[in-house]
Amino acid sequence: MTAGTLFGLCAAVLIGVGLYGLIVNPHPLRKILAFNVVGSGVFLLFGAIAHRGAAAGMGGDPVPQALLITGIVVAFSATALAVALLLRLFDETGSVTLSSDAPAKAGNDSGAH
Amino acid sequence: MIEVLNFGLAALILGLAVWTIVAREAPAAVVGFIVYGLLLTLVWLQLQGIDVALTEAAIGGGLTGVLLISAAVRLRSTETTARAQRSSASTRWLAAALSAAVAGALAICVLALPEPAPTLAPQVLANIAVTEVGNPITAVLLAFRAMDTLLEAIVLMFVLIGVWSLAPDRAWGGRPGPLQQADPNGMLDYVARVLPPIGIVAGIYIFWIGADYPGGKFQGATILAAMWLLVMMAGLADAPPISRRWLRWLLVAGPLAFIAVGVIGAVTAGAFLSYPQGYAKTLILVIEFALMPTLTLVLGLMLLGAPLRGEAP
Amino acid sequence: MNLFLDLWTVVAVVAGAFFFFAGTVGLLRFPDSLTRLHALSKADNLGLGLVVLGLLPQMDSVSAGFKLIGIWLLVLLSGATAAQWIARTLRQSDPGS
Repeated sequence: MTAGTLFGLCAAVLIGVGLYGLIVNPHPLRKILAFNVVGSGVFLLFGAIAHRGAAAGMGGDPVPQALLITGIVVAFSATALAVALLLRLFDETGSVTLSSDAPAKAGNDSGAH
Repeated sequence: MIEVLNFGLAALILGLAVWTIVAREAPAAVVGFIVYGLLLTLVWLQLQGIDVALTEAAIGGGLTGVLLISAAVRLRSTETTARAQRSSASTRWLAAALSAAVAGALAICVLALPEPAPTLAPQVLANIAVTEVGNPITAVLLAFRAMDTLLEAIVLMFVLIGVWSLAPDRAWGGRPGPLQQADPNGMLDYVARVLPPIGIVAGIYIFWIGADYPGGKFQGATILAAMWLLVMMAGLADAPPISRRWLRWLLVAGPLAFIAVGVIGAVTAGAFLSYPQGYAKTLILVIEFALMPTLTLVLGLMLLGAPLRGEAP
Repeated sequence: MNLFLDLWTVVAVVAGAFFFFAGTVGLLRFPDSLTRLHALSKADNLGLGLVVLGLLPQMDSVSAGFKLIGIWLLVLLSGATAAQWIARTLRQSDPGS
């Protein structure tokens, strides 16, 4: 089994495992963590396809690999925004529940209302 | 022998991914995720993607790990209430079935990929001499697909604006992150004085060498941002208030220079972001030098988060 | 000469692998966090040092050899810092031990 096929199958299982964690874990930070696992699985799948395109003296097709570098940076920035949203929710309401019947916040936003 | 190594790496990675999902405490899950990121770096080396391995180690394992573990520590008190909201058994079975179906469909696609694999490597190699850089990935990022890199820089700006807009009213335009006390006898103080000179040299070296060997500005900027964050965490420097003009000018200098180079290309060579004959290396260097401080600041500021401390009047 | 260099590489890397193995066994079997830290720092210093010493003859240039030694020194620095910090936190949270 070539490296490309092996890691492609590994990536497919990673995406499945991450998807399960994304749906099942109730805490939003664990959902963000599972989302990162899905993301790295997708990148690994793309990388396995790039490895199959090895030709002309290079070890892998450089165009997908360049797109992957862009993807990893953008995935980190999406995680940073999600974590900032979560921390702001925690600072405002004191809990991180996403359910709609959360207790109303105690008005601790010292803004200009 | 390589087969055994690949199978071992794949097994370890799958085990760590499962640990990340089922671990009881969030900090333990994040530590598992950091180790998972470092093992994924080894997998990238096996797949001959050295630039991607550098990026995964720096950003995927390093920066994402720091971000998630600081959030996990801050949110530690919410874990018990969240655990009480576990989904019912039927939801879990449905989720497991859905995940298995998605994984199975992707596995069938992997096994059914077309056999003479389509590749763009010969075209890259045929056209790389015009761009005057030796590393094919740098040529793709800054010459053949420069539009993607420009749009990525602008996306990073948007995310930073999004993170900054989450500041509470009392801290609007203030300093992100809590105030760190400097402890002159502490370990962190020692490391924050010894490591940054080495880290800055390593970061600039990786940035410069990216033109001809694996490396590049994203990896170098991550190392520089990490050194800046280390100095701030040790209390030796404070986070700048985000309303400072010099900070905002440095941040937009990168994308503005990139767009200016694109307009020059539109005027002199016929299309936006195309390079006139003989000036390719110069213009690529201009873009990279302008983007380095921008990327360093953006990666550091995204990790620090929304401002929490208002400006002293 | 080549045979001697290859033999040196094999012996040193196997010795380094033994120290890594010993460190892992210590991590799993020692009763207490401080003793586990002790086991892990042996793996860092001696294990990685022996592996680096073993790989030095296989490098093509002197600068690549210096880079390997630099990597070992940086890992020593970060490992020592982490071990000191964890030990200090453990000592502060459990002053009786």
